[in-house]
Amino acid sequence: MSLELRGVTKSFGALIANDNINLKVGDGEIHAILGENGAGKSTLMNIVYGLVQPDSGEFLVNGAPVTINQPADALAAGIGMVHQHFMLIPVFTVLENIILGHEHSNKFGALETTDARAKIMAQASEFGFSIDPDAVVETLSVGVQQRVEILKALMYDAKILILDEPTAVLTPQETDEFIEIMKRLRARGTSIIFISHKLREVKAVADKITVIRAGKVVATADPNSSQEELASLMVGRPVNLTEKKALHHDKPVVVKVRDLNVTDEVGRALVSHVSFDIQAGEILAIAGVQGNGQSELANAMVNLHEHVHGSILLDEQEIVGLSVNKSLHAGIAYIPESRELDGLIAKFSIAENLILDTHQEQPYSRSIFLSHKNVEEEAKKKVIEFDIRTQSIDSPASSLSGGNKQKVVLARELSRPVKLVVACQPTRGLDVGAIEFVHKRILEERESGRAILLFSTELDEVMTLADRIAVMYQGEILSIVDTSATREEIGLLMAGIKS
Amino acid sequence: MKKFLTRIAESALLPFLSVLMAFFISGILIVFSDTQVLKVIGSPLKFIQRASSSVFHSYVALFEGAFFDPNLAQGHSLWQGFYPLSETIVTATPLILAGLAVTLAFQAGLFNIGAQGQFIFGALGASYIGFHYSFPPVIHVILALLAGVFASSLWGGFVGFLKAKTGAHEVIVTIMMNYIAGFFILWALKTHTFLRPRRIDPLAPEVQPNAQLPHLLGTTMRLHAGIIIALLAAVFVWWLLNKTTIGFQFRAVGANASAAKTAGISVSRTTILTMTFAGALAGLGGAVHVLGSQYALTADIAGSFGFDAITVALLGRGKPTGTVFAALLFGALRTGGRTMEANTNTPLDIVLVIQALIVLFVASPSMVRFLFRVKNLRSQGTLASKAWNS
Repeated sequence: MSLELRGVTKSFGALIANDNINLKVGDGEIHAILGENGAGKSTLMNIVYGLVQPDSGEFLVNGAPVTINQPADALAAGIGMVHQHFMLIPVFTVLENIILGHEHSNKFGALETTDARAKIMAQASEFGFSIDPDAVVETLSVGVQQRVEILKALMYDAKILILDEPTAVLTPQETDEFIEIMKRLRARGTSIIFISHKLREVKAVADKITVIRAGKVVATADPNSSQEELASLMVGRPVNLTEKKALHHDKPVVVKVRDLNVTDEVGRALVSHVSFDIQAGEILAIAGVQGNGQSELANAMVNLHEHVHGSILLDEQEIVGLSVNKSLHAGIAYIPESRELDGLIAKFSIAENLILDTHQEQPYSRSIFLSHKNVEEEAKKKVIEFDIRTQSIDSPASSLSGGNKQKVVLARELSRPVKLVVACQPTRGLDVGAIEFVHKRILEERESGRAILLFSTELDEVMTLADRIAVMYQGEILSIVDTSATREEIGLLMAGIKS
Repeated sequence: MKKFLTRIAESALLPFLSVLMAFFISGILIVFSDTQVLKVIGSPLKFIQRASSSVFHSYVALFEGAFFDPNLAQGHSLWQGFYPLSETIVTATPLILAGLAVTLAFQAGLFNIGAQGQFIFGALGASYIGFHYSFPPVIHVILALLAGVFASSLWGGFVGFLKAKTGAHEVIVTIMMNYIAGFFILWALKTHTFLRPRRIDPLAPEVQPNAQLPHLLGTTMRLHAGIIIALLAAVFVWWLLNKTTIGFQFRAVGANASAAKTAGISVSRTTILTMTFAGALAGLGGAVHVLGSQYALTADIAGSFGFDAITVALLGRGKPTGTVFAALLFGALRTGGRTMEANTNTPLDIVLVIQALIVLFVASPSMVRFLFRVKNLRSQGTLASKAWNS
């Protein structure tokens, strides 16, 4: 089935989110839509799916015009969508989630599940998914939850599938599997609109690429274009993706972690016997599949976790057992995994967010009195230094884009006098421009002689930034390798295979 | 300045519309509770005429009973006509303080249902120092106030301690502690420490004159210095929240405890401190109530102040200024309601209906938005559910 959009325009007040967009998705084609956060990709897809009404424009399915005013119209036209944030009910089973909105009851008034179950199993086996229809969704991994979403779309005869940033939440392995699923869907004749800003994936799977910038289609690119070319089209200026790394010399060791163990409340090991050193001006990356103890190790570095045993020496000072506040002020910058949940307070202003962990220090306060004047002055400086794009330092953090949120966190953490920077997934969900900024900033910190502990599930990021790479598997560091290691070697370690 | 005014107008719009709607709906109830009106339901014209006159007279009586009584003004002096306003403020004073106790906790992400119990302990402490000891003027009243604040801050702080150390939900704990406080005062008033000599009904001795809050407008009006304390407390809460590191931590924990913790703010310390401050505020309300207008402690000293405080804080949208205005409105409703019942056929219970409806509308901003076709109304109405979920 083919889908064509003609002259789709949508504005929100003064902001033109989509400006006269023309798009043609062919039968059985994977059509990638590439663009930075805020370029208008999601708005466009919400229009196609009937969640947002366009100001003007028309849709043609198989050459015939259709009207889409609500998601039901889109579904009837054969358009399905898998949202970036899943629309599943966590406490329901896979089966219940899939029949949600299409429930039938049998003649006794009970929920009819036999047919649905058979259909789900048939669909799943066709794609080689192994899925338990009676599993409760919240117990499933993110990758499997996504398959449930896809199954749900396919069950109701979606011939065109919109996938909104589907790989943002996936691990490298899951991403590879996901790309295979997309290829299988294409082979079956399903057209796919694949929204992403990850160049490697787009290049790997797309038949056609449309680049959107500031609400306009700026180019239609070939999947054979280089990553640099695609990135430049997206950002609108030349982008240097591979950052230069200066050689590092032997410097004093700043951080010594010895036999660190983290357990949960009932004593199960989350991190076991972890030891490593980081010297000044060195980036040690912790690679691994999500959920192998990285988050717990990161939390343990600043005592955010309660059950930590072992030793973390920062310039000979023992960190384990201190309060979070004391750990941070011993000289650790902490960039948490989730900006929204742990890094920022959404309704606080940017200026307030910039003093979350320093509000008890001069010049921001004297005894218990806050100095708004000093807080604002410092905020203005940081907004300029870190290029935080905002109308005002009094705007709430929730008004910022993902990249600018991360800049606020960086500005707060890196402006303190620290010796160690713990950065957890610092570029997750960011667009190319923001990733470039964060990477540059991390390398600058390295240049200035700070030790950096980088947690990342993005292998590309690890390979670009790290001086040494420690691979975590089931709570242990399997091996610490240097940058001469290949992707394959690291991939094997991530899967727990030690050669 | 203009921006500031629009912001005020914006945040006051929803409460204002809610109050308007509540009065409208209660008007319908007034009509149907008036037998004189229902008699003529057969003839529409007469019905509408009598109905509107009934509602009009009820609300006029309510207004006169709450702010200015023209009869008193004619009979005595213009000045005396403001007697109802004095009564309104006297009723509103403890309500402001108890409301601030809920408001402060809201800001720190805690739903303090315990203002009632904290109020009781404030009244107990103030009353005990007030009647049992003799101190010089000024000093005595200050000591009595401090005793109330001290007792109630411990009572409130204990809830914070339980929550911080064991994770017990403050809503459940404060509800239970309200029961304990309610029965504790009953018991206390049966002991020789509190029971007035030669009395068997639960009544404590009157606090000594030195411990009483001075009247502000002579002896004919009951208006006392408590209102000044309440307004100062509101300024204090605003200052604490916005101008100090402690308030910064309160708000940070309230808005996102996880981010606050990550930034090194101790959530348990903040929780204990918040509930201690909240307890102190509600207790100050209890103390002011005893030392300013009641003088003698009774088992029913807290009335429904502690529960109305929740409503007041909700209507005040979790802001100190809003809380003051909401408390004044509730004070006016309560005071005026009595006059309304005495002068018209409308029962006092209508006031409760008005209060309940106000809360209902404030808590469901989308409904008000729909009814009045207001766009972009700042949605903070889910305050209560947010505090509950956190």
